[in-house]
Amino acid sequence: MATPENKLAFDGGWEYDPAPEGVEHIRAKKRYGLYIGGKFVAAEKGRTFDTINPATEEKLARVAQASELDVDKAVKAARKAYTGPWGRMKASERGKYIFRIARIMQERAREFAAIESLDGGKPIRESRDVDVPLAAAHFFYYAGWADKLEYAFPGRKAKSLGVAGQVIPWNFPLLMAAWKLAPALACGNTAVLKPAETTPLTALKLAEVIADADLPPGVVNIITGAGDTGAAIVNHPGVDKVAFTGSTGVGRIIQKALAGTNKKYTLELGGKAANIIFADAAIDQAVEGIVNGIFFNQGHVCCAGSRLFVQEAVAEEVIQKLKDRMETLIVGDPLDKNTDIGAINSSMQLEKIQSYLEIGQQEGGTMHQSSCSVPETGYWCRPTIFTGVSQSNRVVQEEIFGPVLAIQTFRTFDEALSKANNTPYGLSGGVWTDKGAKIFKMTQSVRAGVVWANTFNKFDPSSPFGGYKESGVGREGGLHGLDAYVKLGV
Amino acid sequence: MAAADKAKQRLAVAKTYKIYIDGKFPRTESGRYFTLEDGKGTVIANICRSSRKDFRNSVVAARKAQRAWANASAYLRGQILYRIAEMLEGRSEQFVAELVLQGNTQRHAQKEVEASIDRLIYYAGWADKYQQVFSAVNPVASSHFNFSVLEPMGVISIIAPDDSGLIGIVSNIAPAMVGGNTCVVLASEQQPLCAVSFAEVLHASDVPAGVVNILTGLRSELTEQFASHMDVNAIAFCDGSRKVAATVQDLAADNIKRVISRRRMDWLSDQTANPYLIRDTQEVKTTWHPIGT
Amino acid sequence: MSVTALKTSKAFPDLSRVPAVDEVGVSERVARFQTRSIKKASKVEALKMILSMIDLTTLEGQDTPGKVRHLCQKAIHLHDALPDLPHVAAVCVYPTMVGVAKQALEGHDINIASVATAFPSGMSSLDVKLDDARMAVDAGANEIDMVISRGAFLAGEYGYVFDEITAVKEACGDAHLKVILETGELGTLDRVRRASVLAMHAGADFIKTSTGKIQPAATMQVTLVMLQAIKDYYYQTGRMVGMKPAGGISKAKLAVHYLVMLRETLGMAWMTPEWFRFGASSLANDVLMQLMKQSTGVYQSSDYFSKD
Repeated sequence: MATPENKLAFDGGWEYDPAPEGVEHIRAKKRYGLYIGGKFVAAEKGRTFDTINPATEEKLARVAQASELDVDKAVKAARKAYTGPWGRMKASERGKYIFRIARIMQERAREFAAIESLDGGKPIRESRDVDVPLAAAHFFYYAGWADKLEYAFPGRKAKSLGVAGQVIPWNFPLLMAAWKLAPALACGNTAVLKPAETTPLTALKLAEVIADADLPPGVVNIITGAGDTGAAIVNHPGVDKVAFTGSTGVGRIIQKALAGTNKKYTLELGGKAANIIFADAAIDQAVEGIVNGIFFNQGHVCCAGSRLFVQEAVAEEVIQKLKDRMETLIVGDPLDKNTDIGAINSSMQLEKIQSYLEIGQQEGGTMHQSSCSVPETGYWCRPTIFTGVSQSNRVVQEEIFGPVLAIQTFRTFDEALSKANNTPYGLSGGVWTDKGAKIFKMTQSVRAGVVWANTFNKFDPSSPFGGYKESGVGREGGLHGLDAYVKLGV
Repeated sequence: MAAADKAKQRLAVAKTYKIYIDGKFPRTESGRYFTLEDGKGTVIANICRSSRKDFRNSVVAARKAQRAWANASAYLRGQILYRIAEMLEGRSEQFVAELVLQGNTQRHAQKEVEASIDRLIYYAGWADKYQQVFSAVNPVASSHFNFSVLEPMGVISIIAPDDSGLIGIVSNIAPAMVGGNTCVVLASEQQPLCAVSFAEVLHASDVPAGVVNILTGLRSELTEQFASHMDVNAIAFCDGSRKVAATVQDLAADNIKRVISRRRMDWLSDQTANPYLIRDTQEVKTTWHPIGT
Repeated sequence: MSVTALKTSKAFPDLSRVPAVDEVGVSERVARFQTRSIKKASKVEALKMILSMIDLTTLEGQDTPGKVRHLCQKAIHLHDALPDLPHVAAVCVYPTMVGVAKQALEGHDINIASVATAFPSGMSSLDVKLDDARMAVDAGANEIDMVISRGAFLAGEYGYVFDEITAVKEACGDAHLKVILETGELGTLDRVRRASVLAMHAGADFIKTSTGKIQPAATMQVTLVMLQAIKDYYYQTGRMVGMKPAGGISKAKLAVHYLVMLRETLGMAWMTPEWFRFGASSLANDVLMQLMKQSTGVYQSSDYFSKD
């Protein structure tokens, strides 16, 4: 393995010049209202907040802050559309509207990608190649379900629920909006959706798409605000279904808040996924899987492979290769096409990550970060790994939601499995081995809703996603994702 | 009855109704009981008033049994459910008598026992089929094989319907266990006898210890325990007020427990027997793997 | 085993320790290299580096001394309209043409590579192959591009393949040995990886993808697997081995992606003609057109660039 003499050098030679994505084509406004009943309107109390670019800390736009009054307006608009045109429309026609949304999104993909990177800090490579195309694909997938629900639930009649209240996080702003809206609409519901307060812009651009697609007013209402706006949606008596993606802490509050109501709910919550590398794995691809698992989207991923388990026989090799690979990750301007790791989404999140870096070291872990430089302004965190940690360490137990990997070694299958399952979470997991039988044994035994074998962090509209245990309730995506937005009758 | 007659007659042996934990029939560790009376106020039996500790022990047993039960073949699980039905059929007179004793008409009791047997057969037949109905191979855009299957949630706590002595508890246990879950069940408080006798049937039907645990006791004491235990994955509850439902979900949220509300269901109706009840206690697991050489 | 022991004794490698390769994962990594956007100065630098790494090649049955002299002329005068151009690393010809090339390149610091060992099929006896290699070296080749016996390799006769390479290496004397795996005939990336390990342990100075006579020739996928094998070998032994993708790389943009891949897999030490080559015949002109475009801002026509 690498010694001081034969260490590979990844700098000091040919470097990539900046290759910034142009933003001159973007049509973004400086002020955004709430999208209610098919129109952008100011908040009733006139309150606003700013959304900033986390890479520069510059203000991007001022958006309206919805109060309970606005939530009530939005829910009423959604109800009116539900009992009105949307509810009465032929399912196949509903589907055509959703197809139309997908198409317009595809046409405006570059604009969406650039805004997503500006507002949220994620690298343009990801917003361009992952977030935006997947979001459009999600609408395209569910559009087709609209008039085929009778085939999704054998022996049952699927009926729409009514008004869906949807609260989404800041890590995949547009994609999460698509995950929420597409199945809701396909199943005949109307929706009130709230994007996260640090990343409202692509959802508001989506509102423009929905307006341009000529959906009946009120079918989709997009309102901006912070936690109290979300709470007002969850608690509004006119909401029939709540869909939330975010932290387990908030998910728990929501589940409690809905106690005693008849509101249906789905929760996509936190995770601390185990990514297990056996000695017989395709090591180089496994290393890449580790990188995709924890450094994708700055580690702001609920299903991130944040706990790495490496079989002892290859631990030294894997860690060395991982360190080499980390040296080639480019941290910086999210709009640069070569950036691998963009900006941390907010100063609050950066503080949280930094506190875990301290905790990890205080607990005796060995921290290693890549040697790259980071910009002076903005919020940044170099890719980080901890070795010498164990299940009892907080950096192993708790969701950090940043580019921070906790590495442990193991000897046997059973040891890896028991540690992998030794967590209240159960969203995802990874296993790397060249032996088929071992793959099935591990994927069947890991208590998690999504298991990637010899791959990691893959998403597709047709593939259900969601957690076991404290990682959530229900599935999004695929045939199984329809379930969240229907009630089944005979 | 005259004392002389009594002296000549054989004394009937009354049954002690115990609870069922980990394949054994202990009395409640608390030593407490409540009396079950018939309509005329005559005591029928002393029923175990199970404690939170009994519940805790049951969850431990259920957790211990869960993986092996889930890993048993679907064929075997189906056969065991079928065996339960066979054993219940053989003892149906006893169950009819117990139902009558607890205030049901003979006709209703007969119907309820028959429906219970048939329900077990119904779910026995689903053992190796629900997976096929609810699974999917997902046509993802990348070069991966992707499929979603059902897996049991794990340990399920069940608060059986209070207004039914047998069909209610059978209709809730069967779909949970056929899907590889283990469960801890709180029997009807009004009609607990058949639940205990049903445990004896389970015990005689090759059901592994801990797969089903049945407690008798007071809802007022145990509902919150059933809802709050951190090692229970889901709770199914079949009655109770809106307030109780609120409490259950509130406590369940402590570990994001799945809450399955089955209130106001007519368990005697075939409409309440369907594979969606199996699916209620299943998680969907999606697996990805590359397709390549 | 110590590093020096491994270097000299040519121990047969433990092939059971060669890691598995996942084809889809390799393609995903390659796709990511291809998203790198190389612009402005970094592009010019890359294009010049590519020129300096080219083994300008002609391997035709119809090759004549005239053709080879033209090729050598091109190697010396890539495009005189552009100042400060590097020259190519080598010309690559058949053994019978080595003498012609040597004469034509007299006084220029351009290597002479010759294919040998019954190129391209390798279907001959070891003696013939060794004679073939010696003949090329004697005629002045300082780099020998040999082919492995794919048939033997696919039949599992790894020992035979290994011994053949060590024998050719010995026959080469001071000439550098490039071992062509002909990955297009190996069928899977697992075999590419295994053949790479075998060749390096047998003494290869370079490992090379293809003869150019079989499709597919070089791909980024097989090249990545070979680079990763080189990396492992380097970590295990401390010895650097060079890499030469050959065949099918005719566009500058693709060659730049290869450089990105090289940079992010093996790092800076390999980014010289000493350790990385492109086996190509028409790549040079596309690179030249790109360089001209970078310097003038105008898109170019092949009519303005000499064929050879």
